[in-house]
Amino acid sequence: MEKMVREGKDPTSPVIKLNGVNKWYGSFHVLRDINLDVVRGEKIVICGPSGSGKSTLIRCINALEEHQEGQIIVDGTELNRDLKNIEKVRREVGMVFQQFNLFPHLTVLENCTLAPVWVRKTAKKEAEKTAMEYLERVRIPDQADKFPGQLSGGQQQRVAIARSLCMNPEIMLFDEPTSALDPEMIKEVLDVMVELANEGMTMICVTHEMGFAKTVADRMIFMDQGQIVEEATPDIFFNSPESERTKEFLGQILSH
Amino acid sequence: MKSAMEQKMIPAREPPVNSRGVLGWMREHLFATPFQSLITLTIAYGLYLILPPFWQWAVMDATWTGENRSACNVEGACWAFVTARLDQFIYGFYPESETWRVNLFFAQLALVLGWLMIPAIPGKKLALGLGLLVLPVTSWLVLSGGFFGLPVVETHQWGGLMVTLVLALYGMLASLPIGVLLALGRRSSMPVIRTFCTAYIELWRGVPLITVLFMASVMLPLFVPEEIVFDKLVRAMIGIVMFQSAYMAEVVRGGLQAIPRGQAEACQSLGMGYWQSMLLVVLPQAVRLVIPGIVNTFIALFKDTSLVLVIGLFDLLSIVQAGLNDPEWLGSAVEGYLFAGFVFWLFCFGMSKYSQRLEKN
Amino acid sequence: MDNKRQPMLVRLWRDPVWRAIFFQVLLILAVVAMVGWVVNNTLSNLEQRGISTGFDFLSQSAGFGIIQTLVEYDESHSFGRTFLVGLLNTLLVSFLGVIFATVLGFLMGVARLSSNWMLSKLASVYIEIFRNIPLLLQIFFWYFAVLGILPSPRQSFSLFDAIFLNVRGISLPWPILDSGMVMVAWTLLACCVAVLVLIFFNKQHRKNTGRPVPYIKAIMVSIVVLIPMMTGFLADARLQWEIPALRGFNFSGGLVVLPELAALWFALTIYTAAFIAEVVRSGIESVNKGQKEAAAALGLKPRRVLSLVVIPQAMRVIIPPLTNQYLNLIKNSSLATAIGYPDLVSVFAGTTLNQTGQAVEVIAMTMAVYLTISLTVSVLMNLYNRWVSLVER
Repeated sequence: MEKMVREGKDPTSPVIKLNGVNKWYGSFHVLRDINLDVVRGEKIVICGPSGSGKSTLIRCINALEEHQEGQIIVDGTELNRDLKNIEKVRREVGMVFQQFNLFPHLTVLENCTLAPVWVRKTAKKEAEKTAMEYLERVRIPDQADKFPGQLSGGQQQRVAIARSLCMNPEIMLFDEPTSALDPEMIKEVLDVMVELANEGMTMICVTHEMGFAKTVADRMIFMDQGQIVEEATPDIFFNSPESERTKEFLGQILSH
Repeated sequence: MKSAMEQKMIPAREPPVNSRGVLGWMREHLFATPFQSLITLTIAYGLYLILPPFWQWAVMDATWTGENRSACNVEGACWAFVTARLDQFIYGFYPESETWRVNLFFAQLALVLGWLMIPAIPGKKLALGLGLLVLPVTSWLVLSGGFFGLPVVETHQWGGLMVTLVLALYGMLASLPIGVLLALGRRSSMPVIRTFCTAYIELWRGVPLITVLFMASVMLPLFVPEEIVFDKLVRAMIGIVMFQSAYMAEVVRGGLQAIPRGQAEACQSLGMGYWQSMLLVVLPQAVRLVIPGIVNTFIALFKDTSLVLVIGLFDLLSIVQAGLNDPEWLGSAVEGYLFAGFVFWLFCFGMSKYSQRLEKN
Repeated sequence: MDNKRQPMLVRLWRDPVWRAIFFQVLLILAVVAMVGWVVNNTLSNLEQRGISTGFDFLSQSAGFGIIQTLVEYDESHSFGRTFLVGLLNTLLVSFLGVIFATVLGFLMGVARLSSNWMLSKLASVYIEIFRNIPLLLQIFFWYFAVLGILPSPRQSFSLFDAIFLNVRGISLPWPILDSGMVMVAWTLLACCVAVLVLIFFNKQHRKNTGRPVPYIKAIMVSIVVLIPMMTGFLADARLQWEIPALRGFNFSGGLVVLPELAALWFALTIYTAAFIAEVVRSGIESVNKGQKEAAAALGLKPRRVLSLVVIPQAMRVIIPPLTNQYLNLIKNSSLATAIGYPDLVSVFAGTTLNQTGQAVEVIAMTMAVYLTISLTVSVLMNLYNRWVSLVER
């Protein structure tokens, strides 16, 4: 908060703004008229059946995918065909992938310091110090000198979170962070995410972990066939959803 | 009477005599069926017919030193041809007083290669840097001379094993970075660059090296203004590099294809640019993955250097070939080729064993 | 918002689309400039040396002989004809090499996997020796060290007084075909086609009824053997062999395989077979062991396990690298020039180039031939791969 005030930004204005975003893969319409405002510090959980465009949506927010129509503004910077803007947004937005995407040829510590050193031009010593702090926060400082291949899936995903945090992002995107994990490892990753949420990070998570959603989400979004079908607080979303499709979807994933 | 419960456990026994020890092994691997036995005996008889006489010829009756062919025992191999000309086979026409410089080149090469290939020695990055950047410069300076009072040795005086190694080494070192660029270009999203790289790669991969060497030797001088004169050795090298880089590109491309797209995406999401993500994350993994493939193309290149004979350079094979025409040594062809073949084989077999070991790990 | 204030050029530079266009235009300009420079230099160099350009030389008379020609050729024929003679000689040795290397390579590859220790060691020694020695050296070995020390024609080695081996090459008997024999040959061909149709029909029949056509093997053998024999009898065909005979200092008659061809052919076969053996071995090894066990558990005989389960799967892995080896063999046949076998490179990029000096045209034509062969094969290979991957789905 202090940082924002110092930089003269209004903490209540939306930090991410999507206006009528449309995207096609070839002739397949994946995102249809997406409108979404995210305020600073807000936690949003997106769910929906596979192929509904939820991953594509958050991948558009850091320009991993290009949208064809509409406007995406992240922290005052519009994502357009200007490479400088894209670079700027990517520096401020961290992303955690389903498949972790750690760099297997680098140690855990090197994974965390690579971007700060080469993108932010931080001194190596300093980057390592920051990295160790974040590794402590995700509770794996003792694995710093191991290679990703030597860690369990849950540990790898926590390293991936620490790696993103090392860039000191304003916003974190999570793309199904627990879908590739064995059940016993899901909790250790979710715990770290809950902690991060409690510290006031702006987060957009694509996940089917409804327990997690109930604990941290400020807002739930249900997507189907490339559209936002329902948008509500967790309370309303889980207890009295409006749309039939939401009900059906919730019925399917909560029935077990 | 004992009850079933009290029955003793059956102690472990040795397997039957015909399935253990040397006999068991022979039964299984040599004489499993009558047909197998027939094969085994036929091969054994064939070897009996060939090997002892060869041993007799190559070692027992061989002559190891001598001034000319007439010094040799007619019944045996005339290794004197090889020993008498060994210096020429290794150094070509390099002045005898300067051969220490060639030895220095060999030593540098052995040092860096040993450092890179033996896993126990640390500091691989340093070794790689030395090998890729320092070694080529120092080697060229030492071999060609012209500084610190070292007399200049023109490249037409170079020859033998040394030229083979020089061509293979420089061909390799230059084609690696060019190959990497071509591989990246072939996977580029820019159609013009992709088309250009694909065309380049397919062109050189589609033609025999010998035509490339002819081209480098006959056409290259036509392509440049008359004032620029290329050394014959340099022309051969240019041809080899053009050819080799196309093959290298395909090997590297194979590695790039094996790296999941998520790696580059993770780099992008951290704010890294194309070259940063390629140089720091994707290429190190891709190249490490295809080291066996790189070693294999190097083996192919090493064998292919013998083709420079057709444009009149003296590599190991062509200097042996030239020696065979010496009237003093007429009729030593078998010995000469066996020697040259053995040297090439030693290098290639060693490297292929090394690459197979890498593949297994 | 602030990017509106940036100057136009900076904005374009930061736009990925414009940046891509810029790089591509840059590359095109560089290539055009390079080509222009080279063409310019070449033209002025050629002019200075008094070498003409263009393809007129193809119709000029060549003025040199060639030791082996598959089509009619002598000194008075044109350089264009030389090109054709060289091309045919390249194709001849490539064809021979491909056939024999395939047979030897498959044998060695299978032997390498044999349970017989002696056989598999022998195959692996063969593979490791011959693929690790330069092909050119092997060609020289066969040409100079083996064929080169054979006796003169008068002291030829002979087999049954019909096959003669000497320093001038190998002389073999060659059949003289009279009209009856020609008819027999055509009948034989027709019978083979008929048998192929029968095999196909038998397969269908077997699929539909579970049983082969009764006496199918006997029927097929009699078609192939009896019908041509009867034709021969009716047409009064006589097979005569032209036996090579010593006339003066050389043999004449029969078929002569030049030592150049023989050396190149042996070396290409033995060298490429070593690589093919490795291709075959890794292809067979790539078939999961479970496949063999599953097939055996279903009660298939070992021979059927191989032909129905292992080989079809292995061939998918084997065929792409195998074609690659064939291409290598064709390209490697250009080493002919080192021992004087009159292949394309030797008579065209060698002799013709020396006589005309038109390096650019000659080398471009030579390269175009090999490039055409390579590209055609790789297009076919891509089609094959697409077909295989379609089948997999």
